[in-house]
Amino acid sequence: MSSRPTSHTFKDNAAKAIQDGGVPRALKNVRQNFIDKRVKAVEALPEFEALRESAKEIKNHTLEHLDLYLERYEQKVKESGGHVHFAVDAAEARAIVLDICRKAGARTVTKGKSMITEEIGLNAHLEANGVVPVETDLGEYIIQLRGEAPSHIIAPAVHLTKDQIEADFRRVHTNLDPKRDLTEKTSLLTEARTMLREKFLVADVGITGANFLIAETGTSVIVTNEGNGDLTQLLPRVHVVVASIEKVVPTLEDTSQILRVLARSATGQEMSVYTTLSTGPRRATDVDGPEEYHVVLLDNGRSAMLGTEFQDMLRCIRCAACMNHCPVYHQIGGHAYGWIYPGPMGSVLTPSLIGVDKAGHLPNASTFCGRCESVCPMKIPLPKMMRHWREREFERNLNPAVARYGLGFWAFFAKKPWLYRLSTRLAAKSMKLLGRNKGSFQSLPGAGAWTQYRDFAVPEGETFQAKWKKRAAK
Amino acid sequence: MTSRDTIFASIRRSLAVKGDERIRASIAEDRLDRSPKGVIPARAQLDAAGKLRLFVEKAEGVQATVARVASAKDVPGEVARYLRDNNLPAALRMGDDPRLSAMPWKETSIDVEKGRSHGLDLSAISHAESAIAETGTLALVSGHENPTTLNFLPDNHIVVLHAADLVSDLETIWQRIRKKFGKGEMPRTVNFITGPSRSGDIEQTILLGAHGPRALHIVVVEG
Ligand code: SF4
Repeated sequence: MSSRPTSHTFKDNAAKAIQDGGVPRALKNVRQNFIDKRVKAVEALPEFEALRESAKEIKNHTLEHLDLYLERYEQKVKESGGHVHFAVDAAEARAIVLDICRKAGARTVTKGKSMITEEIGLNAHLEANGVVPVETDLGEYIIQLRGEAPSHIIAPAVHLTKDQIEADFRRVHTNLDPKRDLTEKTSLLTEARTMLREKFLVADVGITGANFLIAETGTSVIVTNEGNGDLTQLLPRVHVVVASIEKVVPTLEDTSQILRVLARSATGQEMSVYTTLSTGPRRATDVDGPEEYHVVLLDNGRSAMLGTEFQDMLRCIRCAACMNHCPVYHQIGGHAYGWIYPGPMGSVLTPSLIGVDKAGHLPNASTFCGRCESVCPMKIPLPKMMRHWREREFERNLNPAVARYGLGFWAFFAKKPWLYRLSTRLAAKSMKLLGRNKGSFQSLPGAGAWTQYRDFAVPEGETFQAKWKKRAAK
Repeated sequence: MTSRDTIFASIRRSLAVKGDERIRASIAEDRLDRSPKGVIPARAQLDAAGKLRLFVEKAEGVQATVARVASAKDVPGEVARYLRDNNLPAALRMGDDPRLSAMPWKETSIDVEKGRSHGLDLSAISHAESAIAETGTLALVSGHENPTTLNFLPDNHIVVLHAADLVSDLETIWQRIRKKFGKGEMPRTVNFITGPSRSGDIEQTILLGAHGPRALHIVVVEG
């Protein structure tokens, strides 16, 4: 694995994204499709605020007792006939998955959408070892064809236009009639469905992530709209779940509390189309389902975030509301953040996971307008944590260059009055008003089609948190 | 030290605990035992007729179609009509669910095949375990009665729901599952299905029929 995160050149990435300017017709849709729909869904549920508080409390409680719930979860998976593997870091997780694939004699594996497998750089590792990974979520499939990383955690191809996708399909699906009509979006969807159907039916191993792991029952939960995750975990002989340790929740009831805020915050749906609970492999009375069920539990720096001012970040359910509402994300797109987690959640999480030396300026990718925190269903104080990172840089004096870089980023924003104005304007208004204030995003000059990002990144070695703890212990 | 040990040690070091504290363990045990419910939206706390009305409204709101029939013996006729109206072949795959098997399929021209799907079926029928009025969501459980492949591979998924199995919310389903399978136990798969498959990945336009069924038809048996 030679590729590395490019978060350290964030300022340049961002500048380039803005200069490229040819942007997003595609990102423009974010407003209508994520912001407005979220507001509608939230307004339709009087208990939404109470559910947010409930969801937050559940996760706080779980994190405080994480070792205990993980133990119970592991025990229940084993009782249901599944296997649990623990991975301290990305390299170990990749090795475990490859080993499972090898033992299964796998040539192709299908994949459901999973940020954790992006985090560990799984696809490149499988490919390098003769196993072909096929992304099956439509957005992930498209960016895999392009050799790109996702630019958004729930809408990976949000930076692309229909015409770009059509061109990619024509370039890659060479066995199809070159004169076929792909002008309609539905014909693109149908083509992807047909191409991927074949893959689903022949894959030897299916790999998914998990939105939740339920300690009470040893269950993994995926939440999707396309049905690709279900075909991925249902059809192959072996199902592998790759999930990070903080995905655990205690009970079925706790799961449903968080489910109620997840879909609403992500896509404005009340419930995603498919919420699927999987517990162990095929049973004696089953006529379908995987014969082997594995869970790979990844730490990769998270256990070291517990007990620090960054513990709150471990409540994140990856709904993407924070980036959907972030004026900086809107302008620079997801790829400029240089690693797989963009937007405010990425600005906090990336330094924790790959080290502040590689990402220390990301926390400056904020106008501190506060919208991210106001929409976060898990009430994560994102601006405060970005501030923590900035303070740490100064206090620990780890890397003065990084701190200077941070100031440089402020200067960079200050030179863009429209963006500066935007952020102060945003700060002054309530979310609700913004949701209805037509034109507040559409009128902006676009930015962000950052399509040159090809080198996909894998963090290696110790995290900053781990290093810091060690030093503190001395 | 195994990786498992390393991770647990790191979690406990960060939380400043040993892992064997009695009170702490009893707090977690207690939550697992009691499974507190949390906040339940008032929206679906209705009588039977109200729940059904809400369920239909919510399911149709996510592009499912809903038909209501008086009794189980009316289901094959309704399914035949659905297939005909949608220009679909009179062929249907189903599992061994005795409730489905007992229906008078012979009175229709529908060609019924039993067992899991291998991806060649245009239409399949399943029986729901339950459904949720709050969001118009169907709940199906895996097994030879209703193989999970039927929920995802065919283009058209027809699901029979007995009105008596319709509940207000997810929490009521958890109780039903615990009663049926035992506390802490689950069927291999529980599928919650809210409308037909869709994707918003091409310029954020919602298109139906991504990888799962393009159409979801719900037949509610009221009697
Ligand atoms: S930080 Fe909050 S808003 Fe952002 S992805 Fe995580 S849960 Fe969603």
